Parts: sequence; structure tokens; C-alpha cells
Amino acid sequence: MEQARIGVFVCDCGLNIASTVDCGAVALAAEEMPDVACVVRNKYTCADPGQNEIKKAIAEHGLNRVVVASCSPRMHEPTFRNCVEEAGVNPYLMEMVNLREHCSWVHTNQKEAATRKAIDLVRAGVARAGLLEAQEEAQVPVTRAALVIGGGITGIQAALDLANGGHQVYLVEKEASIGGLMAKLDKTYPTMDCSI
Amino acid sequence: MMDAGRHSRVSLMTLSEVEEITGYVGNFHVKVRRKARYVDSGKCTACGECVNVCPVLRPDEYQSGLSTRKAIHIPFAQAVPSSYILNMDDCLGNNPIACGKCAEVCEKDCIDFNDQDRIEEFDVGAVVVAIGMDVFDAREVPEYGYGRYQNVIDSMEFERLICAGGPTGGHFVRPSDRSRPVRIGFVQCVGSRSRVHGAEYCSNICCMNTVKDTLLLGEHYPDTESKVFYTDIRAFGKGFEEMYNRSREEGVKYIRGLPGEIEEDPATGNLLVHVENTLTGELEEHEFDLVVLSVGVRPPKDRDRIQKLLTLSKTPSGFLMESHPKLMPVDAPTRGVYIAGCVEAPKDVKESVCQAGTAAARAGNLLSAGEVTIEAYTCRIDAEICNNCGQCAKVCPYHAISFVKGAKTPPTVVEAACAGCGTCGSECRFGAITMRHFTDQQIEAQIDAMLAVDPMDQIFTFACNWCSYAGGDMAGISRLQHPASGRLIRTMCSGRVDESWVLRAFRKGAPMVLLSGCHFADCHYIDANRQTVKRVLRLWDKLEKLGIRPERLQLEWISAAEGQKFAKVFQVLEEHRLRVTKEEIEQTVKVLEEEHLKKLAREAKQAAKRAEKTAEATA
Repeated sequence: MEQARIGVFVCDCGLNIASTVDCGAVALAAEEMPDVACVVRNKYTCADPGQNEIKKAIAEHGLNRVVVASCSPRMHEPTFRNCVEEAGVNPYLMEMVNLREHCSWVHTNQKEAATRKAIDLVRAGVARAGLLEAQEEAQVPVTRAALVIGGGITGIQAALDLANGGHQVYLVEKEASIGGLMAKLDKTYPTMDCSI
Repeated sequence: MMDAGRHSRVSLMTLSEVEEITGYVGNFHVKVRRKARYVDSGKCTACGECVNVCPVLRPDEYQSGLSTRKAIHIPFAQAVPSSYILNMDDCLGNNPIACGKCAEVCEKDCIDFNDQDRIEEFDVGAVVVAIGMDVFDAREVPEYGYGRYQNVIDSMEFERLICAGGPTGGHFVRPSDRSRPVRIGFVQCVGSRSRVHGAEYCSNICCMNTVKDTLLLGEHYPDTESKVFYTDIRAFGKGFEEMYNRSREEGVKYIRGLPGEIEEDPATGNLLVHVENTLTGELEEHEFDLVVLSVGVRPPKDRDRIQKLLTLSKTPSGFLMESHPKLMPVDAPTRGVYIAGCVEAPKDVKESVCQAGTAAARAGNLLSAGEVTIEAYTCRIDAEICNNCGQCAKVCPYHAISFVKGAKTPPTVVEAACAGCGTCGSECRFGAITMRHFTDQQIEAQIDAMLAVDPMDQIFTFACNWCSYAGGDMAGISRLQHPASGRLIRTMCSGRVDESWVLRAFRKGAPMVLLSGCHFADCHYIDANRQTVKRVLRLWDKLEKLGIRPERLQLEWISAAEGQKFAKVFQVLEEHRLRVTKEEIEQTVKVLEEEHLKKLAREAKQAAKRAEKTAEATA
């Protein structure tokens, strides 16, 4: 495997992270970690300027791994995967470290402990990043039909929208007629029109 | 309804239930049970001759049991499909001595007593779950007398009684004596916003539904005297406040306070409502001819079944969980599945229609794209290391590993079927399986790096991506404070967590290790987390044998919605952590180091043997 050159991007997330975690200390600690070629601190890493910093650093330092220490990967993993891919790095060579949901937001009054935790999380992220491998995603064809379970007002509307959009729809209803609960109502608010 | 029934691209399957869904985003295979209707809906012209001769009377479900139907019947006049159905539980049967009258009079010959359930199978790319809601059963609030007092009805019965298509043709009468009630009381929040009966959440629709009911009554019978007992009137939507004001201007009295009890006068059937008016602080009594209980919304009964079919999650209140409450409100955690309508949360018609449109658009985007990218989390088997034991194939929840017992060729992975839980990887005793993007080496490096500094302060945690890690995110979003000792490592499934990783964390000085995953029914890899349990049980045994307190390894199920539980777990574990002494950790590290050295020696021996074999083979 080629020698890892890791860039670590520590995000303040405005004050979301920085008001609890000492992001400066995290960045300093990251500089000492193995294979780290550069450390950048951002106000908002997910915003365009933040992403541009990542791309710039990849070009300048010849980075082949990226660690983004910001929020949950469940939130922004696709964002940063796209970002590094645009800069020519395989998206699977990007690792996220969750300093927000799992740290600053839940340890608001434990600033020191939260900073220590943040450094530990970044150290683990960097260690993992060094061993990441490029991956190719599979493209799979999609069956152009939809199943709608439930024939109440919601299911009917969803089925019609999909069908009008040109898709084949299977609308499955457990009762003998569609209509659901709404068909049992006389009038519905805020207008007073008939429900059927 | 009609449009859906006749749309050329909508295959309508009524009296049908989804029995099985397999596959993955873009490629689901569906099995639907189409229950026997005993009437051919293609031929039936809904002439109604069969109904005239059917001798069986049963309460009519559509009319909330306020009138009767026959064993053969049409669900309601505007039903789609417009066809009769024969309820076999009610029917006397085709034995001529017993009955068979309907079949005799049916000119189109569309009644078939031998009709049977059929299974239909088809493929789809996307699924929309819109299974709706149930209505709270007011019998659960005994002090209001629903079910005991004839003139206490619920809001669904009100709908039928005021409807021109209802059992009384729209003449609003009370059940006990069929007289027209003039003094009518409405009780709000029945089964909602209560810690005693029903649920704590607000059912969203009941306030405005009652406002609408009072206006309907005023329109039909201007002399009606309506009073509404409420907690707060929530008239927050477009045009709602105006409607509420109109109701008040028309003379409806709104009294803040929920009745403590309702009594019936047995002589008149009238009802006496006892209530504390919380605006005046006075105890009041009101007499009514009829009381309407404004019942709340409950999650649908089918939820568990559908949840399991599609591995969805639910919130603590029992409705289905979306991927993100604000940014992905209709995406289910399972890709390619969308949720809409009341199964997501109680909502009115307009919101249901909006959400249906959103879900259809999201599903439509996926279908129109024609192709979908699958994340590269699949496993690979190294044929050279593989010992052909077949354990991986045994534990794979997707049967994605083909293994033939006794065959000389090692098992192979069907990549399209592999969902990436990684259970096979942690079950393989020979280290022959590589889980892409979650390799042993990557995770081990994380463990070592995390515990490199002050391991004593850490509660070392393995969390599955879908539930426990997301539960931690939920704790974050909700700012639920907890001790800062937790250190999480994410794997896709708790089933990926290798026994050796847990031992490694202890060996590196962790005082506590937590393994956390989805609740059983929520597991995103069918039942891969059952392997987690087996593994933890084995680990507890092993720790005990090594003289390490098993309590230092904990297993918790935390769902994506359970931010509170996540925070609570760490509060409890912190207490455990503080009880683990430095000496205890040193002892553990010593014992496990010795074990580790033994293991390394064993592995070296095995590797040498393998090398010898390969050399022999080449020679």
C-alpha cells in the first residue's frame, strides 16, 4: 500500500463544536499523529469555502486520505465523499469523526473532558484512515415499478402520483375496498367537503 | 378513489396482504396474498340481488356497527372496486340444505364458494408504506362510560350518524331512543395527551375535527347547544383559527377542562358531566342528551408486521421512524422504502396528501434514475485461508454465501445479495473473510489508537450504524447530556463485532466495553444481531473463566429514536466504570496479554502448516 498522507480537517461548526470542544487543541494534537501531512481548521467545513479548503489541501499536500472531524457521518458522509472525489481521491478514502452529535452537543458543560474525547476520536479516525482502501461502488439497475402498501387517502394519492409520473404501481389494500379511514368520514376540515 | 381504480398503470389489489418482501433498493421481490373474495369482481355488476336473498345479518363495520349488513355485501356504496364480497366466516355455506341462495339468484354466475387465496409475485424498485392509523378504543377510559352508556359515542360514530350515507340517512339521532339530541357535549383528548389512558402525544386532528362537527351540527340543526371540553384548542393550520372562531361565534361553548366522570341518568338516558373548569377553578355539572368522545389516533395494528417485513424502526410513541425528522421526513431507514401518512405520525387529510406526494416524488426519482449505486460494503472470501467449514454461510442472514458441504471449492459470495452486515467476517475463525471498508485491521487500528491515551477514562463502545450510532446522534440532536467517557466505533451491524475486538479493548486497558445494536425486530440485517447475543454470551463465559468480571462487558439495544436511552445507558455505565479499579485493569491486561501471546503462537503454527502444504502442492 502506498504511504498514507492524511489531511485532518477540524470543523468548528460555527459555535456548535467550538463552544464546547477546544478545536485549536484538537488541531494541534492532530498534527502529531502518524501520517498526518496537514491539519486545517474550518468555521464550517461543509460549506463551499470549507470544501474548497479540502480540495486545495489535497492538491497542495498530495493528500491521499482525508479525515473530516465535524458532525455525524449519517448527516454529511455523502457531502464529503463527493468533495474528495471531485479532488481526485476515492470517496472511500475519506473518514468522518463525529465531534458534534457524539461530543460537543452532549457534553456542553464538560469542556475539558469533551476536548480529550475529541482528540481520542480523531486519533482513532486517523489510524483508521491510514488503512482505508479505495472501493468501487456497484451500479445496479432499478425495476421501474412501485409497491404502495395501504389504500387510504395517502396510499391512493401516492399511487396516483407515481402512476401519473409514468410508473407501474401495485396498490395493496387489506380491506375489500380502498378508501381507508377517510371513507368513513362525513365531511373533512378545514373546508366542509365530502370525504369520498 | 375512482381514479385509482381505473388508472391503467395502477394494479389494484384489495383484500390483499403483503406476505414477503426480499431484495434491496431498486430490486425488491414482493409476494402478496390475495384473499378469496368468493365473488368475481370482474363479472359482478353490483346489482344487489344476492343481498336481498342472504339470510345472515351482521353488524356493519363500515357504519361502526350502528346498522347491519348481510354475509354477502358491498363494503359501502362508493366502494372501489364496486363489487360484492362474501364473508365466509358469516356465510352458511353452499350446502343446499344450509343455504346457497345468493348463487341461485346471481345471473352473472359470479359467486364461487370454492374460491381460494392466491399468491401473486412481482418485482418493484421502490416501496411506499402508507398503512394509516387506528382509532383509540374509548372503553379504555372507564370513567366516561363508553360501551356502557348508549348515548356516549365516539367521533367515528358521530361521522356515521351525521352522514347522509350513514345508518340513519343523515338524521342525527341518539342511539338509546332515536330522538334528536339537542344538548351535545364533546370531550377532547380521549386517549391523547394523557399519562393514564392512551398516549402522551397529541393526536393532531381531534381539535379541528370537533370544531368541524359543531359547525356541521349548527348547519343541520341550528337549535343545537354544543359544548366542548378541552385541554387546549390547537387550531394552528391554515384557516383553522378562522374556523374555530366561527364555531364560537355560532354559540358553541368551549370549556377548558376535561371531565373527571360522566354519569348516566338511567330513566332518561341523559348524561351528567362532572368537570373542573380550569379557567375559573370551579367544579361544574353539565347535562347532555348525547356525549361525543373525541378519540385519538393510535399506530396501526399492522405496524409490527410491516415493520418486520421491511426492517423499519418505530418511535417510542409507536409510529414509524423517518431517516431524519426534518431533512428526510419520508425516507425510511431502509433505502428504497418511503413512509407517508398517519403511520408516520397523526395527521389530517391535507398533510397526508402532501406527504403522499413527497413520498411518490422520492420514489419516482429513484425509479426514473433507472440505476442505483450500492455502497461498497460487501464481504470477500480468501480461498487460500478458507478452511471450508461453512460457518459463514450458516450465519449469513441473506443466504448470500453459497457453500456446498464436502465440496473442494471454498464458499463464494453473491455480491448483489450481500447487504454488508459483516456477521460472516466475525464468525470466521480463520480470518478468511474481509469485510470491505470495515476490515479487521482498520477496526483494530481504531481500537489501539483510541485506547492509546488514558484508557481508564473510557467506556469503549461498538455501535451499529443504523440504530445505536443513530441513537447517539438523536441524543446529540436533542442535547441529552451524559458523561464524556463514551468512545464509539461504528460498524454497520453489531453482528460485525468480533470477539477478539472486545478482548483487544480490554487488553488495551478499557475498564468497560459496551456492545450496542438494534432491538431484535429492528435489525437492519434481518436477524444478524442474534449472532451478537450468542457472541456476547460466549464472551461472558470466557471472561469469567479468565477471572475478569463479566459485568465489564455490557450489551444494550438502542434504537435510532432512543436518544434518551442512549444517554441513560452511559450514565449507568459511568457508575460501573468508576467501580473498576486500576489494579483490576492491570490484572486484566496481564491475563489477556498472556492469552494473546498463546494465540499468536497458535496462529504462527497454523501459518507454517499452510505454507508447508502449499510448498508440497507446488512440488
